[in-house]
Amino acid sequence: MEMQFTDQNFQSEVLESDKAVLVDFWAPWCGPCQMMGPIVEELAKEMGDRAKVGKCNVDENSATAEKFGIMSIPSIKIFKNGKVQQEFIGVQSKEALQKALEKLA
Amino acid sequence: MYDLVIIGAGPAGLGASIYASRYKLNHLVLGAEVGGQVVEAWEIENYAGIESISGKDLMEKFKKQTIDLGGTIVSATVTKISKNYDGFEIITDDGKKREAKSVILALGMKPRKLNIPNEDKFIGKGISYCATCDAMFSRGKDVVVIGGGDSAATAALHLAEFVNSVQLLFKDGTKVFEPAWEQRMAETGKIAVASFEKIDEILGSESVAGIVYETKDGKKKELKVQGIFIEIGSTPGVMLAKDLGVETDEQNYIVVKQDQSTNIENVYAAGDVTTGSNKFRQIITAVAEGAVAAGSVYKKLKLVKK
Repeated sequence: MEMQFTDQNFQSEVLESDKAVLVDFWAPWCGPCQMMGPIVEELAKEMGDRAKVGKCNVDENSATAEKFGIMSIPSIKIFKNGKVQQEFIGVQSKEALQKALEKLA
Repeated sequence: MYDLVIIGAGPAGLGASIYASRYKLNHLVLGAEVGGQVVEAWEIENYAGIESISGKDLMEKFKKQTIDLGGTIVSATVTKISKNYDGFEIITDDGKKREAKSVILALGMKPRKLNIPNEDKFIGKGISYCATCDAMFSRGKDVVVIGGGDSAATAALHLAEFVNSVQLLFKDGTKVFEPAWEQRMAETGKIAVASFEKIDEILGSESVAGIVYETKDGKKKELKVQGIFIEIGSTPGVMLAKDLGVETDEQNYIVVKQDQSTNIENVYAAGDVTTGSNKFRQIITAVAEGAVAAGSVYKKLKLVKK
């Protein structure tokens, strides 16, 4: 299942993770983000233990959103070894995200 | 091989799938953006049978109905469509190939870009095409909205709730928003409106720091802003169709006949991307075109003897 990343757990779950982590920055008022949601959920299922996949609600976790300079949502970043490896802005296909994540998994 | 592959998962594509399922056509919907542009609409009050609904909720209903009827939506971007011996070959961004006897192009519209230097570089770093999504990130900042239509005016009004100031810039001669908006904008005390002749440049290193434009009388002006919201309409997303040789009109809309067929046999088109429905470009006309297109595929494949 997809994870929920927050200001509290971002350091331990994302930045210190030994696996690649895909974070979908979203907010409830953003229509395109709502359509991205099920895609991220499916991706989480398909990736299983090979990578972490989750969402970060920028409305509730503004410190994290600010730290990573989020100015447009949906915004998707893939982290590995504590660093952003790849980023996407706007709605993305599951296939495109999976391809990028598999490379780092 | 599928009877039909529908490319695009907005109202036209899902409308086509709903009818294709009822006609028992073996089909698939390929689309990265389920719901299409509708999901950005805050409120929809002109879709018959539904008094008021948000774009995202309406498209969730479309999606559910599509799937409940047996349709399959694959979240993938189509990169190429080509004609082969007995149908079409469709390639998606994961490199997968699918074959179909017929295709419905429900490609929709894309936000129009300014096409100036640095625009792509700053997407997500101060440049936005969706004010409802990104207004919050401009809290307390100074921003520019570019555009002269109602979407630009409503974007400015929405932004005014968050930002320090909004400068609405429209290209000289393109101010078409309803006068009622002008009054509402004045009442906020935060929105200034001015015209430009040409946008020269977007300033900034890591993110947007300003914009340089020229006025009609040739003066250069520079504004220090941290956000630029581009609301200059949309343009048909026809690259895939053009590569396949589908005929488009001078504005890039796919030319369709009454049955939604195009100049290429077994290629149909539906929704905002077509010349159909008097180019009305409404949800209800997109769905209708999708339904007609699916009906035409059914007639061609199942009713006519080869």
